[in-house]
Amino acid sequence: MILAWLIIIPLAGGLAAWLFEKKNALFVRWTALGSLLLDSLLLAFGWIQPAFFTGPVNDPWMIELNVPWIPQLGINIHLAMDGLSLVLVALTLFLGIISVICSWREIHDRIGAFHLNLLWTLAGILGIFIALDLFLFYFFWELMLVPMYFLINIWGHENRMYASLKFFIFTQAGGLFMLVSILALYFINGKATGIYTFDYSLLLEVDMGPKTAFFVMSGFFLAFAVKLPAIPFHPWLPDAHTEAPTAGSVILAGLLLKTGAYGLIRFVLPIFPDAVAMIAYPAMILGVIGIIYGAILALGQKDLKRLIAYTSVSHMGFVLIGIFANNSTALSGAVMQMIAHGISTGALFVIVGLIQERIHTRSIDRMGGFWSPAPRLSTVGILFALASLGLPGFGNFVAEFMVLVGTFRVSSVITVLAASGLVLAVVYSLWIVQRVFHGEPIEPLSLTDLSAREIGMMSAMAAAILWLGLYPLPVLTIVEPVIDSIQQYSVL
Amino acid sequence: MTKTDIILLLPLMIVGGTSVVIMLILAFFRNHALTAGLAIMGFALAAASIPMIAPLSPRNVTTLIVIDPYALFYMGLIFISGMAVAALSFPYLEMHEEHREEYYLLILVATLGAAVLVASTHFVSFFLGIEMLSVSLYALASYIRHSDKCIEAGVKYLILAAVSSAFILFGMALIYAEIGSMDFARIAARISATGVHGLTLFAGLGMIIVGMGFKLAVVPFHLWTPDVYEGAPAPVSAFIATISKGAVFALLLRYFSKLNIHAQPRIIVMITIIAIASMFVGNLLALLQTNVKRILAYSSISHLGYLLITLIASGPTAVTAATFYITAYMITMLGAFGVVSILSRPERDADQIEDYQGLAYQRPWLAGIFTVMLFSLAGIPLTAGFIGKFYVVAAGVNSGLIALIIILVINSIIGLFYYLRIIIALYSAPREAEAIRVGKTISGHAVLAGLLIVLIWFGVYPGPLIAVIQKTIQSIL
Repeated sequence: MILAWLIIIPLAGGLAAWLFEKKNALFVRWTALGSLLLDSLLLAFGWIQPAFFTGPVNDPWMIELNVPWIPQLGINIHLAMDGLSLVLVALTLFLGIISVICSWREIHDRIGAFHLNLLWTLAGILGIFIALDLFLFYFFWELMLVPMYFLINIWGHENRMYASLKFFIFTQAGGLFMLVSILALYFINGKATGIYTFDYSLLLEVDMGPKTAFFVMSGFFLAFAVKLPAIPFHPWLPDAHTEAPTAGSVILAGLLLKTGAYGLIRFVLPIFPDAVAMIAYPAMILGVIGIIYGAILALGQKDLKRLIAYTSVSHMGFVLIGIFANNSTALSGAVMQMIAHGISTGALFVIVGLIQERIHTRSIDRMGGFWSPAPRLSTVGILFALASLGLPGFGNFVAEFMVLVGTFRVSSVITVLAASGLVLAVVYSLWIVQRVFHGEPIEPLSLTDLSAREIGMMSAMAAAILWLGLYPLPVLTIVEPVIDSIQQYSVL
Repeated sequence: MTKTDIILLLPLMIVGGTSVVIMLILAFFRNHALTAGLAIMGFALAAASIPMIAPLSPRNVTTLIVIDPYALFYMGLIFISGMAVAALSFPYLEMHEEHREEYYLLILVATLGAAVLVASTHFVSFFLGIEMLSVSLYALASYIRHSDKCIEAGVKYLILAAVSSAFILFGMALIYAEIGSMDFARIAARISATGVHGLTLFAGLGMIIVGMGFKLAVVPFHLWTPDVYEGAPAPVSAFIATISKGAVFALLLRYFSKLNIHAQPRIIVMITIIAIASMFVGNLLALLQTNVKRILAYSSISHLGYLLITLIASGPTAVTAATFYITAYMITMLGAFGVVSILSRPERDADQIEDYQGLAYQRPWLAGIFTVMLFSLAGIPLTAGFIGKFYVVAAGVNSGLIALIIILVINSIIGLFYYLRIIIALYSAPREAEAIRVGKTISGHAVLAGLLIVLIWFGVYPGPLIAVIQKTIQSIL
């Protein structure tokens, strides 16, 4: 039941925040924060349960919940958590808490509805990471879209209508193709075995001809590639990230993109091993193009937020390469990259939010010399810029290094090209540092430095990214069995 | 006619009886609230009688009507929708200075026609049902007599519905000439056995499909739809979009499941073309509209296109999918038109997108409901529309209609544009000087609340409804 509560608590918290909107703004914020903290406690509680460590050897799942939902169609509420889900759920709750805190001062307009949407998006994302019934997975996949759409549409910046529409239609289109594929899988399995089910563990064993497998796989791939985003399915990303409120950008970059990568690892790799082997090279080439294209476009941006959005495209290219290199080193690296990118890019978006709160613009041309008026803000800014360029000591370095090592075993050319992205990352990261934090102030400005709340939030993120960089072993250990079990299906 | 037969006809007799009672009362004195209350009560009683007589079904009552679980399910749906339309009409008519009471009489008779339609087994009851439905709707569509648009809508509907009735009649005559029977079961058996041979039979079937195409407003028989939906009073548009279409489709479904459709390539081609055209034309033309009622009209055209896929798919999954889809569609359309009707003013209906600008700030409850209804039309989770669309896609994939399903997916994406356009208007900054909005009505809000609850209930926990549908469709397979 812990897993169900994990989703119910944010849903209920969101409703409570919405209902008490009129009473007290502080109450709303604390309700939202409280429900996420409660969720984290619950996760910690589940984590330390003895069954977590000693659980049956054959059962890969740490905790599981399986109750019928629509029995006529073989749909169950099947939630389960393994190491991969666990780290992603932890990431979701961590960034969820950050996004509530970073909206503390930014959002004043209809805060009840805002937190409702925020928490419901998080609930949808949590659901995606622990759903093991493909219908349920699709349900959560669609569910997180609508509140995210409203977050951008109502609380976003100038061009929010266009951005939110684009976001919704891109992701919904991908999702619908995935639905067709899920149903194809369902009927292929049903006709072969007589058991009509959406259950993940049963669908893992489906036998298909190579051609069918390829078409069914492409529906999944399309949905996940839009989310990831892989070139050429990325056009929604810069707009959505730029126009969303800070909390929205944090969730988009930190979590929503990860659902695409998660889907590739959890569903595409084990269910369609042959088709994956077939498209591995094209997919990795898309990843390389993404790395270089994102980095080059980031260099050309005048809007700081848009710049960071393009670096996301670049960083997620590594995830795509790591997944399709499809060996345990590369996959571990991809998972690390998901987490490290979630935290570092999330932090960068928070920093842009902090800057925008203070000087009311995101234009790099109007920034500069922040170091002297706001040394603390600048310190964290530089810290995360360095993390983003992959400096050793930060989680991103570990992740990108592992991806490159793993990929080298598959293709040296792709490794070399992907590594060139690291050089470009150095250029745009140091460019941010130079233009924003160093140099002479463009115009005289009174920049208030970070408050205690902001320092607390930023240091938590800094601690997390440093921990991942200096001692990544716990994360790698917990993910390892999952990656091994997925590797069993691989044909490479 | 035995006693059992009479008991089985109870729902029809209650609705018919209510209209007679209202007519008699109107002869003596007029009271709007009393009449509306009586009509609503009549619908409620008729709906309540259905579970009571269900154990006696299935049974043929005369050669014209069959009361089986399938018919009873649709009757229940139709009566409850009729009740919702009546309750939504009350506040709407309160604003207008007309003779309000006869309206309910017409609603009752039209609903009775729809109920006869879903239970008919014979050309005679089929035609009787369709005429009761249409003739009442001519009058209802032009009920607000001082409005030119309304009169125009009524006349348009009159001419086109009459033409389509003529088509159906001629088709019936041709089929009768060829087969020598007006009983559906026999006709279906004959067609299944020997196929559609000979010009007469083919022409007859074609004409009936054309006639029903008019009633369902599928392309290319859809031209009247946007104009009539736009001009007719909002609750009447709701009636045409839900009850009228639902009943005709239920009849179609009943007899298509008896025909061995896969042996009839010509009919499959015909329906495939109609389905594809309806999806594309409905969705693409909806993109160009600025009038909410017209958007809903085009949206309903495209929804019927989706539904036609289930006719081609055929089989138990497809029939279940179609029935679930119709249920979800009726709830959603009633809700959407309900919001339009509650926001309407005496001068004109709230049909421009600008009327909805900033509604979320002024009337969050109505804006919320409208949002949920639009999401249901678009097939987003937590709503019954999602499960319905999921089921239709499942039925299509099951029958291997991948191309049609891909077209459905593409159309769903196009559909998002115009649903989101309304939603964007709801949540953008309100216009000045438009703060006064009418629409404080208990009955209207109660209906909307009920529809919302049902919509989300079926969207989150559809198991029980699916179980009921699966049981009822046994009787027609």
